[in-house]
Amino acid sequence: MTSRHTLIDTNYTLEIPEGVDLTVDLAGPVVRTLAFALDYLIRSAIFIVMMIVSLVLGGNVGWAVWLLVFFLLSWFYPIFFEMIRNGQTPGKKAMGIAVVNDDLTSVSFSSSLVRNLLRAADAMPLLYTFGFLVMGGSKHFQRLGDIAAGTLVVHVDKETIDQSTLSVEPVPPPVKLTEQEQRAFVEFALRQDQFSEARQQELADIVEPLLKQQGPNLVKQIRGIGAWLLGAR
Amino acid sequence: MNQTDFEKKHQATWSAMEAMLEAGRKESNLKYFPETYQAISHHLALAKHRRYSTSLVQRLNHLVVEGHKRFYGDAPRLQSNFFRFIAFGFPQVVRRNHRFVNIAMGAFFLPGFLFLALCWTQSDLIYSLMGYDQVAEFESMYDPSNGELGRERQSDTDLMMFSFYIYNNIGISFQTFASGVFFGIGSLFYLIYNGIFIGAAAGHMARIGYESTFFPFVVGHGAFELTAIGLAGAAGLKLGWALIAPGNYSRMASLRVAAEDAVRIIYGSTLMLLIAAFIEAFWSSSSTVPVNIKYAVGFSFWILVIWYLIFVGRSRRAA
Repeated sequence: MTSRHTLIDTNYTLEIPEGVDLTVDLAGPVVRTLAFALDYLIRSAIFIVMMIVSLVLGGNVGWAVWLLVFFLLSWFYPIFFEMIRNGQTPGKKAMGIAVVNDDLTSVSFSSSLVRNLLRAADAMPLLYTFGFLVMGGSKHFQRLGDIAAGTLVVHVDKETIDQSTLSVEPVPPPVKLTEQEQRAFVEFALRQDQFSEARQQELADIVEPLLKQQGPNLVKQIRGIGAWLLGAR
Repeated sequence: MNQTDFEKKHQATWSAMEAMLEAGRKESNLKYFPETYQAISHHLALAKHRRYSTSLVQRLNHLVVEGHKRFYGDAPRLQSNFFRFIAFGFPQVVRRNHRFVNIAMGAFFLPGFLFLALCWTQSDLIYSLMGYDQVAEFESMYDPSNGELGRERQSDTDLMMFSFYIYNNIGISFQTFASGVFFGIGSLFYLIYNGIFIGAAAGHMARIGYESTFFPFVVGHGAFELTAIGLAGAAGLKLGWALIAPGNYSRMASLRVAAEDAVRIIYGSTLMLLIAAFIEAFWSSSSTVPVNIKYAVGFSFWILVIWYLIFVGRSRRAA
């Protein structure tokens, strides 16, 4: 799509050795905060369970267990999950995001260690203030730990549904269409399940003067043009 | 070629890739993974160039991203790296960063010795640094008239103290390291603060005549613990310096490069603190070991640590 101005987006593009550009969606502060909140609840729950276990064990052994668990939970909970669950702690998994290296490979151990040890810096002075400030100013939503470790937090791609098989009769376009217009027809045809009928009608009415049809027939014809452009005959 | 024909032609390849991504690492049908991955990268480039629909491009992008992770993201073996690290990796990285290590050790030990001397000679200086309760608690821990000479502990107390030392000391070392990212100021602060605290406590113990209990206790693990805190501070200083003087890199890139070495120092520092916690919990407080043996072992550990960091691994080439 040609455009005079570069539009702002939260994509991160990387050219891989095969010569093609890969694109991922970066996760912003809101999603990451929600994931963190979930992780915090889970950690607190584990912590409470361990406290009960320690009280049951009693005495110094109980203290020993509690101190060790507290230490491990504080520093190593995220590292553990990032290692065994492909960069996703349970909170991140629930929000559909993951930690990756900035060359888009799965996060390595030393990167995970650096980014999580530096939480001590990001969390200052209170509630990740520095983390948010740095994330806001960073090009790729990286906090201090991410910058030092060379990691990114990205949305993990959802399963994309193959919608090329359209059950609609192909119709050749009445006029020659530019590339941008062709894409508009094709995308309209492929995304028919994602719009309400009212919205589809509203969009279709834009092209009414061109196609000289009304109502549902108009929608059907636009879909038909889309299918034809995709190659159905 | 239009999109529908393109999809028909290559659907088999894409399904094969999806199957290979689902399968684990050890499946034998991964034989065709490299060529399939390359083919699909080519398809993605074609799909973008020919302006095919967004959903197709997204689908191929997803396949290539996941394939890319598998193809290039294999983690290196951890076991062999560990022995290499102990044998020469760690001393080499410490020596490579000797400027930061020297400054950190200076910032830790010089104020320490200063306040050791001051609190030894000045009667009330300790109370400017710690409250009365804290000093009293400290004194009661090391009072020579506590039951038998030294302290007798049950083994479960030892276990608890082991956990406590891990929680406390390693936590402090992580804080000292991480705060270095604020242009090194945080690390300097923690180093100087901890140095003063430890030196003052030691000096006060000597002043009130508790040296027969305090010094045998600390000399055993002090070599590992104090050196490790200094090293954690050095790692933090390295991060801070990367932001102050990035050289030819951007500040972000400089930080990332510095973090590689810094985290290796932290690995070693954490291992040393584990050793220190073990010694401190299970050996230092033992009252059955004579004081002379404790001093001998303690000084041996100091020589061992210093010799290790200065001389070990010199004949090997740097990794």
